[in-house]
Amino acid sequence: MDLKKIIEEREKWESGILKKFLEKAPERKDFKLDFGPKIERLYTPEHLADWDYLDKLGFPGQFPYTRGVYPTMYRGRLWTMRQYAGFGTAEETNKRYKFLLSQGQMGLSVAFDLPTQVGYDSDDPMALGEVGKVGVAVDTIEDMRILFDGIPLAKISTSMTINSTAAILLTMYQLIGEEQGADPKILRGTVQNDILKEYIARGTYIFPPQPSMRLVADVIVYCAENMPKWNPISISGYHIREAGSTAVQEVAFTIADGMEYVNWVTKRGVDVDKFAPRLSFFFAAHNNFFEEIAKFRAARRVWAKVMKERFGAKNPKSWMLRFHTQTGGSTLTAQQPLNNIIRVTIQALAAVLGGTQSLHTNSYDEALALPTEKSVEIALRTQQIIAYESGVTDTIDPMGGSYYVEWLTDTIEEEVWKYLDEIERKGGMTQAIEVGYIQKEIADSAYKIQMDIESGERVVVGVNKFVDESEEINIEIMKVSEEVARRQIERLQRIKSNRDNSKVEEALDMIRKMAEKDESNETNLVPHIYNAVKHYATLGEIVQALKDVFGEYRAPTII
Amino acid sequence: MKKRILIAKVGLDGHDRGAKVVARALKDAGYEVIYTGIRQSPEQVVETALQEDVDLIGLSCLSGAHIPLFKRVMELLKEYNLNIPVFCGGTIPPDDVPVLKKMGIAEVFGPGSSLKLIVEKVRKLLGEGEDNGGNT
Repeated sequence: MDLKKIIEEREKWESGILKKFLEKAPERKDFKLDFGPKIERLYTPEHLADWDYLDKLGFPGQFPYTRGVYPTMYRGRLWTMRQYAGFGTAEETNKRYKFLLSQGQMGLSVAFDLPTQVGYDSDDPMALGEVGKVGVAVDTIEDMRILFDGIPLAKISTSMTINSTAAILLTMYQLIGEEQGADPKILRGTVQNDILKEYIARGTYIFPPQPSMRLVADVIVYCAENMPKWNPISISGYHIREAGSTAVQEVAFTIADGMEYVNWVTKRGVDVDKFAPRLSFFFAAHNNFFEEIAKFRAARRVWAKVMKERFGAKNPKSWMLRFHTQTGGSTLTAQQPLNNIIRVTIQALAAVLGGTQSLHTNSYDEALALPTEKSVEIALRTQQIIAYESGVTDTIDPMGGSYYVEWLTDTIEEEVWKYLDEIERKGGMTQAIEVGYIQKEIADSAYKIQMDIESGERVVVGVNKFVDESEEINIEIMKVSEEVARRQIERLQRIKSNRDNSKVEEALDMIRKMAEKDESNETNLVPHIYNAVKHYATLGEIVQALKDVFGEYRAPTII
Repeated sequence: MKKRILIAKVGLDGHDRGAKVVARALKDAGYEVIYTGIRQSPEQVVETALQEDVDLIGLSCLSGAHIPLFKRVMELLKEYNLNIPVFCGGTIPPDDVPVLKKMGIAEVFGPGSSLKLIVEKVRKLLGEGEDNGGNT
């Protein structure tokens, strides 16, 4: 291909056909990406002038993994269809899981209620109104036993969105697996365990950053030793994006978080290749189709370079960015809710074309409440239609080589490196969070997006354009009854009166004692939490024991 | 003097994108805005409202716990004899709007509410005329 010739022809086209056309019919507006750059009218080989195929893309399953982490991608195995679900009591959620599995879902994803996520038992005054609302309530191992009743943990993979209390829920899961006869070595799944993004965007932190990072590292090291098939962390950009960041910020802050975890664990003297192959990621898929596809490709490339070049990892598995995707909750509208099915389809398609390893598709009613059985079924069917009917899975990375997508991938990567440098100048991610830099960047983006919606520059169909003035939102809404809290508290009290309290006290004392010691692989807290959980210590009691030593974190408020 | 507005996250919910955006918009509209940060109990919210001597309270909740939590806030305001108007926002299903209004909440802003509308209603709640335009 002769670049000079292409440039010549392009100039001819611009001064001829194009110019004449624009005189009669000007373009609608200027086009630009949320993170700044202008979008050109047309992308051609000129934009990829110095672009080297082997350097930028290579082959799937090979560094830098731009085209995907596996050599056959979806031709070998489809992504895992995994709907995030949980509400009310363990009994109700167990029923929903069985429904989803019967409809062809391939893995479980547990949503816990907020008291479980921030360390309160269901009978704590702070749990008022929240029991069973955004997820299932878990106070003791008994709830976990009911949650997975009749579901063989040896055969299924389970993702748990749990952070500050990850060690507690992980050991509950391990114990239930053992009760079912499953060796922890074969258990497959993920705990989110990503505390840094909780300070940045999601808000379920409990302890100050230093001891929180210790707990994260404890779980990573524990899994490396005892549960080799378990992903001990899911480094999450999803919530950063949902809090209002741009696609570039999402990738940059997530990778910076990942680097901070790798730093922390290697500082404990653990070899990078011992745990890095099990680090997993989680991103959002929003509406800008090509930008999102490019984002996933760029993220893989940056992480591969970071791990190989910066951390000196030698195992190719340490270089691979494997990720889960969820379609963007904040893009859903309460108005004309059925339109959300189409939004979700576009976003899910971007995730698949971006090479995701697992996917959650949102339900059309989720701007208003948790999904009903009917709405979640449509969401799952959306994935199945993409997988089995659309043909996008037939070849690997079909967008590869598109002038626009490759330009976008390169541009996003460049911008991500700029942020990573800036964060490094600020002394690393923990530091950048503590001074509020990351939070402020996100808040600014969020405000800008809202301003663009207000002005109409950014169109949201049914909200600021094509509004149905006479619309009355009238869809079936899922409601969690206040009864749940009562039932949950009853069960908790029953368990407390039937357990061996001296064993519980002993276990909690041990946790406090170990927490007081300096962080090391010998003072790993997870085995002690396992022991407490086994003796029916409640989640709230274990968290309180840790609070006694670590204290509680109070975040600065940044608007 | 600038009127003072408290924006409060009630309950354990950490989703505060909406609360922050509204806080900033009200600031831009000329008000003094106090944002509580996340994870405030109803007691803490009312305490802050009292201490900060605010003219208006905006409550935010996206966890589905809005009814029991907001109800408690309204009860406490009554107990303290505080006559401060309250508005709220979040993932609030249409059926819950009349329930919240019956509790005494003046305005309910569901997902997709425009900032322009929120600022307009806030001006009304503060007893400012439409054409007194701005508090600057």
